[in-house]
Amino acid sequence: MSSAAHIGWFARHEFRLAWREWLAMMTGGRRRRNRAVIGLIVFAAILHLPAYAVVGRFAELQFPLDPSALIVLSGTIFLSWALMLSQAIESVTRVFYARADLDLIMSSPAKLTNIFSVRIAAIALTVSSMALLLSVPFIDVLAYLGGAHWLAGFGVVIAIGLSATATAIAVTVWLFRLIGPSRTRLVAQIVSAIIGAGFVIALQVVAVLSYGTLSRFAFLSSDTAARIAPGPDNIVWWPARAALGDVGMTMLLIAGGLVMLGVVMAVFAPRFADTVASVAANPAVTTRGRSRSFRVGSRQHALRRKEFLLLRRDPWLLSQSLMQMLYLVPPALMLWRSFSDSSTAIILITPVVVMAAGQLAGGLAWLTISGEDAHDLVATAPLPPSRVTRAKIEVVLIAIAAVFAPMIIALAFASLAQAAVTTTAVIIATASAAAIQLWFRAQAKRSQFRRRQTSSRVATFAEAFCSIGWAATAALALTIPLAAIVSGILTLITLATAWKLSPRRG
Amino acid sequence: MTSELSALAVRGLTKRFDRPAVDALDLTVRVGEFYALLGPNGAGKTTTLRMVAGLLRPDAGTVSILGIDALSDPVVAKQIMAWVSDEPMIYDKLTPLEYLEFVAGLWGIDPRQSETSARDLLISLGLEAHLNERCEGFSKGMRQKVALAGALVHDPRLIILDEPLTGLDALSARHVKGLLQQRVRAGCTVIMTTHILEVAERMADRIGVIAAGRLIAEGTLAELRQQNGRNDTSLEDMFIALVDTEAAAA
Repeated sequence: MSSAAHIGWFARHEFRLAWREWLAMMTGGRRRRNRAVIGLIVFAAILHLPAYAVVGRFAELQFPLDPSALIVLSGTIFLSWALMLSQAIESVTRVFYARADLDLIMSSPAKLTNIFSVRIAAIALTVSSMALLLSVPFIDVLAYLGGAHWLAGFGVVIAIGLSATATAIAVTVWLFRLIGPSRTRLVAQIVSAIIGAGFVIALQVVAVLSYGTLSRFAFLSSDTAARIAPGPDNIVWWPARAALGDVGMTMLLIAGGLVMLGVVMAVFAPRFADTVASVAANPAVTTRGRSRSFRVGSRQHALRRKEFLLLRRDPWLLSQSLMQMLYLVPPALMLWRSFSDSSTAIILITPVVVMAAGQLAGGLAWLTISGEDAHDLVATAPLPPSRVTRAKIEVVLIAIAAVFAPMIIALAFASLAQAAVTTTAVIIATASAAAIQLWFRAQAKRSQFRRRQTSSRVATFAEAFCSIGWAATAALALTIPLAAIVSGILTLITLATAWKLSPRRG
Repeated sequence: MTSELSALAVRGLTKRFDRPAVDALDLTVRVGEFYALLGPNGAGKTTTLRMVAGLLRPDAGTVSILGIDALSDPVVAKQIMAWVSDEPMIYDKLTPLEYLEFVAGLWGIDPRQSETSARDLLISLGLEAHLNERCEGFSKGMRQKVALAGALVHDPRLIILDEPLTGLDALSARHVKGLLQQRVRAGCTVIMTTHILEVAERMADRIGVIAAGRLIAEGTLAELRQQNGRNDTSLEDMFIALVDTEAAAA
């Protein structure tokens, strides 16, 4: 087989794997794919409504834009790029550590540079395709309301997908060289989480410190930002200009993305084999623990202690929790500001905290309830399943209390009533998330945490909608109590529907 | 050393998936006996043992462990029983000592007693140098030894093992076999599935052969030879002949 034919053959193999992985993710591994695809199409159609609410008012924008609009549009594109970079870093790490076929590939007589070039291209394709899919409702709305020139946005998405993948590979390989393969996995996951959330949070921090609001657009649309922004011909505005329909600029961006990816392939593909080999040579960290005496305690104590130890030592959870904690930085700053000036914007803290608690509780509940690596051991232990479940839920509640109590105590100094409402809502959101995980529990490995959202679409959406619902209910309880009742009832209906659809009803 | 008391008595045990996996199985294992359960792939060995261990609910039948009804009183039955699966299920982020501390805690064993026992077990299995290393870097054999130590740390009276020697090197396999024989000598009952017929031949007091969810032959090696009508035949030859006959009859 010639080299070109070989690349083509491997590309087909790689894209088939990527397609099946994507399909499994979208359908949750179910056989009734047609139904899942129809469900996804309906969901995508429904997504046009929130997309209309978010971007509908920007549809009439035309170049040249005023500086504020240009900054907001560029900021949004940069945010998308940061999110894609985050996803690409995660994908690259997986290629190094989690692909089961590396031994086969490395031991084959195939030219590894070609194979890893194809694999880099596959990552770029996956990242860009996912971003294209997510951007469809927004670009559709803009094109329908503002004109076909907005369709150039798809080109911008492709360009930033290519450049994000190229950057992710460079960052990950650089991390390998800097800190070695054994630490890269954890650090890359944390970097990925920080990059994903960092830009939004940084904007919020600036907004809180400068304008006393949590809005990420406050700084971007401010006079200060307009004053320090570069001139209209500067390169930083190219993506915004391309998104507004400048076809030449779009082509230039795509070409730039392709060149970046090509350079990365040329530079890093030959070194990929060495990097992968160094990972294989260091399959895991040999961590020495402290030697200490066995501790006394009940059976539930033993379970709780084990869960806390595993949570503490779980790199995935560490990065996910870090992200949750990062989202708490802006409201914490706002709280700190509110002690000096009595701003009513402090109310915004409650929904942020409640939502973060619901999301974190969902992740923790999955890890403790479904993500049990020694399922057989726990199932054959001499204690009733109800006590096992209780101990695991206690772990979630204790962890949530430890994370959110300091903030709620600080909030109590600013407003006792708000602290009481926030506490109640955090408890309800945590209980809801834990209940959903219980109803939809499925035996899995902790290492499958990344895929937990694909195991049950209903559980994923129920968890997200309940977190949002309880956050909205808490915020409304502080502002429009009557509306809070409606919001609370709607959230309860969501929860009841999830229970009705769950495989473990009753 | 065996006695006439039954450590395990299974009657009419039935489990169906797409087809019957275990078909009205009757099985008795006496106290202090080393019992090897053999059978081709998909014969129903693991399903049977998972039902006995309380990991799978049978469609019909009864399971009695040292006189305790394991289906109506599972917690009491589990207190005196241990299960080791062929795929060692341990926590990557715990050290072997931490894992054994957790297991002892789950079984409610006094920490002073379990700590000594845990260290002795891990040392006897050749893991002395790894007591405080996290299991994430362990080979399959090392993981299997940690899982086995976990099964023994609470001093069970009935030990059920599903292919415990898979992935073990010769020395480790000898360690494990020695440990199991030691437990049997102390009065413990061991039920083990294995595809290594030589192990069953050498270690088991009695051997049961299962095919299509039914027990097709049972007895000591001598009894099986007698049933087969050939005194000089190996267990491997007898096993193949039994399974072939069963397949032909089906």
